[in-house]
Amino acid sequence: MTDDRIVPVTMPKWGLSMQLGKITAWVVDEGAEVQIGDDLADVETEKISGTLEAADAGTVRRIVARVGEDVPVSGTIALLAPADVTEEELDAAVERARAVIDAGVPEGAVGPEVLTAEAGGRKISYAGVGADGDVILLVHGYGGDRNSWLFLQEPLAAKYRVYALDLPGHGTSAKDVGDGSVGVLADAVVAVLDALGAVRAHLVGHSMGGAVALAVAARDPARIASLTLIAPSGFGPEINAGYLRGFADAQTRRELKPVVGQLFADESLVTRQLVDDLLAYKRLDGVDEALHALADTLLDGDAQRGDSAALVAAIGDAIPVGVVWGSADRVIPAAQAQSVAGAARHLVDGAGHMPHMERPGEVQAAIEETIVRAG
Amino acid sequence: MARNITYREALNEALAQEMERDESVIVMGEDNAGGAGSPGEDDAWGGVLGVTKGLYHKFPGRVLDTPISESAFIGAAIGAATAGLRPVAELMFVDFMGVCFDQIYNQAAKFRYMFGGKAVTPVVIRTMYGAGLRAAAQHSQCLYPLFTHIPGLKVVLPATPYDAKGLLTQAIRDNDPVMFFEHKALYDVAGPVPEESYALPFGEANVVREGGDVTIVTLGRMVHTSLAAAEELAGGGVQCEVIDLRTTSPLDEDTVLESVEGTGRLVVVDEAHPRCSIATDISALVAQKAFGALRAPIEMVTAPHTPVPFSNALEDMYIPDAQRVVSAVKTVTGWTR
Repeated sequence: MTDDRIVPVTMPKWGLSMQLGKITAWVVDEGAEVQIGDDLADVETEKISGTLEAADAGTVRRIVARVGEDVPVSGTIALLAPADVTEEELDAAVERARAVIDAGVPEGAVGPEVLTAEAGGRKISYAGVGADGDVILLVHGYGGDRNSWLFLQEPLAAKYRVYALDLPGHGTSAKDVGDGSVGVLADAVVAVLDALGAVRAHLVGHSMGGAVALAVAARDPARIASLTLIAPSGFGPEINAGYLRGFADAQTRRELKPVVGQLFADESLVTRQLVDDLLAYKRLDGVDEALHALADTLLDGDAQRGDSAALVAAIGDAIPVGVVWGSADRVIPAAQAQSVAGAARHLVDGAGHMPHMERPGEVQAAIEETIVRAG
Repeated sequence: MARNITYREALNEALAQEMERDESVIVMGEDNAGGAGSPGEDDAWGGVLGVTKGLYHKFPGRVLDTPISESAFIGAAIGAATAGLRPVAELMFVDFMGVCFDQIYNQAAKFRYMFGGKAVTPVVIRTMYGAGLRAAAQHSQCLYPLFTHIPGLKVVLPATPYDAKGLLTQAIRDNDPVMFFEHKALYDVAGPVPEESYALPFGEANVVREGGDVTIVTLGRMVHTSLAAAEELAGGGVQCEVIDLRTTSPLDEDTVLESVEGTGRLVVVDEAHPRCSIATDISALVAQKAFGALRAPIEMVTAPHTPVPFSNALEDMYIPDAQRVVSAVKTVTGWTR
């Protein structure tokens, strides 16, 4: 029997492939009063470390998950309850929660199937989650992949069918990028929409993926229901060319780590695992050539190329556009948001170039607001 | 995308992908195609280790069975390398390397140097090492220190399936002779490995666990032993940084020194004998270049200076285990002047 006065704190799902998480430290103790958004615990997954924030307010009456043990996603790790809930009632709830943790991940449980589409002879990987609602396609930036959306894809899936792809040269898609033009990348997005049978979809693009999403929308405005651009490229000449070249050139973790740090306002978000994963990606055959070709597309000397502002102007009122930018973006300055004509602007205070990883809740709200405007 | 495959499968995949990519890559060794009970060359065994299984039919004429004459086929592989092929020779047990030492250390290792850089010798010699298989003194040794001693040879010891594939790919693409050491106990270890080709650079150690209290420098099978010890020690509040050297030549000195500068304590874990070994080499490096950072004497966890015993009980005692690593870590954390 469940008691709705007892509110469980559960292991979050950060990324479609996450099945287990581990508490590396509890920030709160039993007895603590927490407000929504308070830090509760440091959580580590195979891919990333992060801090779990309270989704509910209340008193932490019981901590269920021990530091260092594996907990299945959505397993209860702590219990919030008011003072009138008895110790016996809490003990029973802890026992049920422990049974879930001790059972572990069911045998044969796997993440969503990775699907493939084909664009110009290139294999394009994508994966989705969510059963109902409009289609949202998430388009990552330079050097990223579909896992860049790990904090957003699941939460958005409560209302939408949310897909993320690997652009050519990235993730598990083909590494050949042809001439490295935005057009080649846009072809991949269209191929995934075709494979999904999506006659209309909402596009969300980050950085270079923003320019790609914009190119897709300009090609076929009737197909795109809304466009959310997160720190998109191509809106002004100013860009951190050292970041792009540094990322393409880095051969070792020692070279790569400081470069990746520039993505985030708080460099402590750059875990060893994140750098190791990026290094493993960069070492795949063909990636070096792809990244250099794409850097040449994005840069003209140390200035940013791109005609994003003209494309937005051409789209005009045909598609609702939202733009999200971290105020502390060190790759493309947030001031370029002013060049996104007619867009609803969301400045994420204190975030860097990765607001969808740094402050996913605010980015989710901005995406949903843009979608709602599409009607 | 990455899926879980074994160390053996990872090695096979690296061979297959490099043979596909570059037709100068050939594979040779005992029973690489035929083998006991086989009517002839028929992809029966894939080498005694099963690593080359499946390549014989996929790459006709490029998987060669050799006589049981290491001196002959290692010499042939080295000669073929100087003449433009990229041979990957499999020498079953490193213990048998003695009969072809001239070819390896006085010929292959010297060509580039003695011909002023005009000659290259892109040969890979794969071999199996280590104790634990009840295979006695002549089939159980860890002889990588011998080869690390020789300038002109590169020495590689992957500990995981991911490293096995990436390091073997690099070994095949490398223009110098590479001694590639595979631990017998690791062939069935599984781990995530990308389907696509990738090369891991030599001379880059891997920090497999971060920690601020003690640095454990290790390699090969002992990486797993050290990680088990570090896990146990973490329960008692001691955080170990575990460094897998991955290659002993070239050696990533910076990663070792930077770690010891942070922790001030060093334990080296090496399955080889203790004299003139990787353990002594790393200890000397740290004593010379990071002396000021050390807060306790260096501890070495190694096999004893004896042949590998055939007795099961003695062999089990011979191989360094996690408990010995734990106790060495406790020695360095508990040390007072």
